[in-house]
Amino acid sequence: MSLSASTETGSSLLVRPAASRPSSPGTRFSLLRRAFGPLLLVLAWAATTSAGMIPASVLPSPAGLGETAVYLVKTENLFGQMGVSLGRAVVGGAIGISLGLLLGAAAGLSRLGEELFDALLQMIRTIPFLALVPLFVVWFGIGETPKLILIALATLFPMYLNTYAGVRNVDRKVIEAMRSFGLKGPRLIREVVLPLALPSILTGLRFSLAISVLVLIAAEQINASAGLGYLLNMAQLYQQVDVILICIFIYAALGLTVDILVRTLEKSLMPWRVGIAAR
Amino acid sequence: MPQAAVFVPNDIPLQSVKPAQEPPQPDAVQVKGVTRIFHHQRVLDALDITIRKGEFIALLGASGSGKTTLLRILAGLDAPDEGEAWVPSKRTVVFQEPRLVQSKSVWRNVVVGLPRRLATRERAVRALSEVSLDHRADAWPATLSGGEAQRAALARALVREPELLLLDEPFAALDALTRLRMQRLIRELCAAHGPSTLLVTHDVEEAILLADRVLVLKEGRIAFDEIVTLPQPRRAGGEAFDRLRGRLLAQLGVHDHG
Repeated sequence: MSLSASTETGSSLLVRPAASRPSSPGTRFSLLRRAFGPLLLVLAWAATTSAGMIPASVLPSPAGLGETAVYLVKTENLFGQMGVSLGRAVVGGAIGISLGLLLGAAAGLSRLGEELFDALLQMIRTIPFLALVPLFVVWFGIGETPKLILIALATLFPMYLNTYAGVRNVDRKVIEAMRSFGLKGPRLIREVVLPLALPSILTGLRFSLAISVLVLIAAEQINASAGLGYLLNMAQLYQQVDVILICIFIYAALGLTVDILVRTLEKSLMPWRVGIAAR
Repeated sequence: MPQAAVFVPNDIPLQSVKPAQEPPQPDAVQVKGVTRIFHHQRVLDALDITIRKGEFIALLGASGSGKTTLLRILAGLDAPDEGEAWVPSKRTVVFQEPRLVQSKSVWRNVVVGLPRRLATRERAVRALSEVSLDHRADAWPATLSGGEAQRAALARALVREPELLLLDEPFAALDALTRLRMQRLIRELCAAHGPSTLLVTHDVEEAILLADRVLVLKEGRIAFDEIVTLPQPRRAGGEAFDRLRGRLLAQLGVHDHG
């Protein structure tokens, strides 16, 4: 801790403790400050590529990338491809997330539930899901099914683990008090346990949604004829750096959207935390 | 939050305390030969207690003497190993901590668990105004001060119009000034509503100030049982007060040479 300089006025020295209050720079230019890092990167990129320091076949300039994007939208139906990918992420993710929520709540709430599926799920969790791709192709063929199952499976675990931990960590004393006031069964779970476990559940949701986009890349390598993963594979085949970069940007944008979505959810679902923990 | 805080809904036997359905009894609480054993130690040892209707009882005891165990048995949160405890079915607890549900606004906390038709905002606000907290009805519990939160917990107990009010060291976590205010408030509310009250405390002065009858629990049995004859409202101090205080402290192993 730093103390301000004291003046020597006698034998007993008094100092003014220089307490530093956390100074908030205000919310006005918050967005601008956040954008600073990415903007700097784009500037450096534009400067180096347009000056001809890096050949376009290795890293195209931002303008060149823009042209490719327009081309992709016009001839390759880029938005359609995105739609297909998002559809897969949403359907597979919805299955995995709801199953994870259900199993996590059951395991957290009852000893029976925990004994029944916790060990099994913890076991499956340690398998890298990419190792399952060949197996799923053998089992489910090369249609939509293996892709959806892969996404569902990958999103299930973050949701399960976080819901389970959230439910188990709800303050036991509060639960006991509620029981003494006659709250029990489904009403106790719905009114008290799940809301108090929400912070953990939403953390799980955040991980799961991010993973659902991530798994797309792997899932769409299974004989896809549409989707971002398909586009990425084709670009790799023909060494189209610009297309690869556009796909990467789209993935980044999707990830960011998911994050904003969950943040908004956190604020609207947990109003009691506004101004305390949420920022 | 501790990792070990495992929530398993089925590990506490529910309704281990049978509501009194026998022929009408003049007593609010009958404890007959209740024994509770923790780790081979008899925390409560064939305990007998009777609380009359409307009586305010303070239960004193050193820490670990089993006073909270007795309260938990009366509340139905724990079951005796031997013996029986008979209590009214309408009974509520004010715990040492407020134990409010953070995700519910203050007024919803007050009427939590009530049947839906009774769980109205109006009823909650009426209870909150009794503890002078109606202006905070829509606040979140996390924004309350310690004293406010404990008053909300008191409103939550009183809104159920209990025949037996169980107070488990409800003032222990409060600062001295707030504690004085809360003691006064409890005395007024108990006089107005007239439930039988069991106050578990380790504060001898608090016990003498509030109670009609003071019990001391020692080695699992009642070691001291006396009706407090001082006139209400009481003030700390005075000859009779000091004499009773000295005797109670001696019971608790603190010898007062004043």
